[in-house]
Amino acid sequence: EKTKTNFFSKLSKAVAGKSKVDDDVLDNLEEVLVSSDVGVNTTLKIIERIEERVLRDKYLGTDELNQLLREEIAGLLSETNVGEEVDFSIPNQKKPYVIMVVGVNGVGKTTTIGKLAYQFKKQGKKVVLGAADTFRAAAIDQLQVWADRVEVPIVKQNMGSDPASVAYDTLKSAVAQNADVVIIDTAGRLHNKINLMNELTKVKRVMQKVVDSAPHEVLLVLDGSTGQNAFEQAKQFTKATEVTSLAVTKLDGTAKGGVVIGISDQFKIPVKYIGVGEGIEDLQVFNKYEFVDSFFK
Amino acid sequence: MFDNLSDKLDKALHVLKGHGQITEINVAETLKEVRRALLDADVNFKTAKEFTNRVKEKALGQNVLTTLQPGQLMVKIVKDELTSLMGGDAAGIDLSGNPSVILMSGLQGSGKTTFSGKLAGFLKNKKTKKPLLVACDVYRPAAIDQLHVVGEQLEVDVYSDRENNNPVAIAKAAIAHAKTNGHNVVIVDTAGRLAVDEQMMTEIANIHKAIKPNETLFVVDSMTGQDAVNTAKAFNDVLNFDGVILTKLDGDTRGGAALSIKSVVNKPIKFIGTGEKMDAMDVFYPSRMADRILGMGDVVSLVERA
Ligand SMILES: Nc1nc2c(ncn2[C@@H]2O[C@H](COP(=O)(O)OP(=O)(O)OP(=O)(O)O)[C@@H](O)[C@H]2O)c(=O)[nH]1
Ligand SMILES: Nc1nc2c(ncn2[C@@H]2O[C@H](COP(=O)(O)OP(=O)(O)OP(=O)(O)O)[C@@H](O)[C@H]2O)c(=O)[nH]1
Ligand SMILES: [Mg+2]
Ligand SMILES: [Mg+2]
Repeated sequence: EKTKTNFFSKLSKAVAGKSKVDDDVLDNLEEVLVSSDVGVNTTLKIIERIEERVLRDKYLGTDELNQLLREEIAGLLSETNVGEEVDFSIPNQKKPYVIMVVGVNGVGKTTTIGKLAYQFKKQGKKVVLGAADTFRAAAIDQLQVWADRVEVPIVKQNMGSDPASVAYDTLKSAVAQNADVVIIDTAGRLHNKINLMNELTKVKRVMQKVVDSAPHEVLLVLDGSTGQNAFEQAKQFTKATEVTSLAVTKLDGTAKGGVVIGISDQFKIPVKYIGVGEGIEDLQVFNKYEFVDSFFK
Repeated sequence: MFDNLSDKLDKALHVLKGHGQITEINVAETLKEVRRALLDADVNFKTAKEFTNRVKEKALGQNVLTTLQPGQLMVKIVKDELTSLMGGDAAGIDLSGNPSVILMSGLQGSGKTTFSGKLAGFLKNKKTKKPLLVACDVYRPAAIDQLHVVGEQLEVDVYSDRENNNPVAIAKAAIAHAKTNGHNVVIVDTAGRLAVDEQMMTEIANIHKAIKPNETLFVVDSMTGQDAVNTAKAFNDVLNFDGVILTKLDGDTRGGAALSIKSVVNKPIKFIGTGEKMDAMDVFYPSRMADRILGMGDVVSLVERA
């Protein structure tokens, strides 16, 4: 809070009565944004927007400035990020609603699935999990622990079996049980490994043999402490699976996750969830204003 | 997305060449490009600033302005400075104890458990040691199972105690177990933790105090952004670790966090992780890392063109 007030009061002092923001303040803003992993390109874009607005509106007090800054930054987040959603809703008309979860190694896919399953279950939905990470040591056991915690069924095969086959089985089982939501866990993979990315495309395709509109959602999980490489992750996973939404994890630490602003802007993918801890309740619906405010704390 | 530095410097250097006279402003322009490349590579904001200031001093000191090929000299200065910052003593792992105790630390998902396995395999196969892996992550679902699977793959013994939820007690018992069973290296895998989590930081400080490791390693994901400095500093304040392990370098990240960490804690980067398989590790090469951060596959061709 202290830094935030300092930053805004400094900013307003420097622009009060002027039609141009002076370099000192812009340097300051640049530092805040780059240090939040917003990246140089996006930071420059934001600074340009601020300069234009100041030139046009010749506004004044700290409050207006604060508001302007929030708006300009939040404006880069995809229009779909209305930032007003408060609950974990899923469309009713698709049944089962299939969510496929993808991302590079260790970002928090499996944990996010556990937390999501908990939220959907709490709303009275019937949830089924699919253990399609058949590669990483004890990945299936890990998802099993989450399934037990949430008390939802899990479909699994042996380690080393074909992930597409697990996904297929999961959907079959979900349809048979008349489930509302299916969440498929996949193995972490770096986006520059072509074979592994092709495998994801296959998992997706095979699911359509059971539910032809599946997956209804491809959730890309990004680690909130990741820097500019997240851009390439978004690009390559989108290429392989048409990512429809993002989750940013580990925002309970000091990392800000600012790289998603540019990603959301460039790829028009909304940020849907944020992870704020390792516990079952530690998942929140994304709020763009709170997110932007966190940069200045 | 990632315009590489060669291209940018190339442009900036053309500016340098085009001018009949080279001025300090041209140098500043070139350094701006260097700084931006560093930021794009996730080098910390302050680190990048300090770095370019240092390069500027060197450049002016070496009379880059009057030399015949200023561009060539600039590139060399940048590259050399980065390499030397990243280097230092390529110290190995301290294996002098009996047993030698190695403590792993780091954020969630950075690759501690995987690297514990890789290191055990390396010590067993390349150094003819008899390692023991110790499961001190009592929190993450199936963390103990994960280490057992890794141990089985490598045919390395794993010590765990599912009835015990006190990592300090587990670690101590494991060392006693190692002594009676002839293990000469003990690798202690711990739970991932955030630097701001006081309780968890106290826990690892207590483990550290209780087992007095020969070697404490900080494991960090090479895709980490600006926050790398905060984390590295906080872990170093608590553990005064001996070295850094940089994981997931088989990706396409530029890995600027390596430079930030090195400059904030000044501890050697000892090994890198280059894949999920148990043999996917390598020692750290400062010069290769410098090239990677700068996005300069081919400095020579750049210089030739300049
Ligand atoms: N502090 C914190 N830790 C998290 C969060 N989300 C996940 N984690 C931790 O991050 C680590 C990795 O999480 P996983 O869910 O296993 O990640 P994953 O993407 O499934 O990993 P792989 O399957 O190995 O690729 C675990 O220790 C989790 O407890 C979060 O929001 N905050
Ligand atoms: N591609 C690649 N993946 C790696 C590397 N090192 C670890 N991983 C993967 O990263 C993920 C996390 O690794 P873990 O070893 O479980 O990480 P951890 O630090 O023990 O995680 P927590 O115990 O949850 O804090 C797993 O999917 C690993 O397979 C590496 O060098 N390259
Ligand atoms: Mg997983
Ligand atoms: Mg682990």
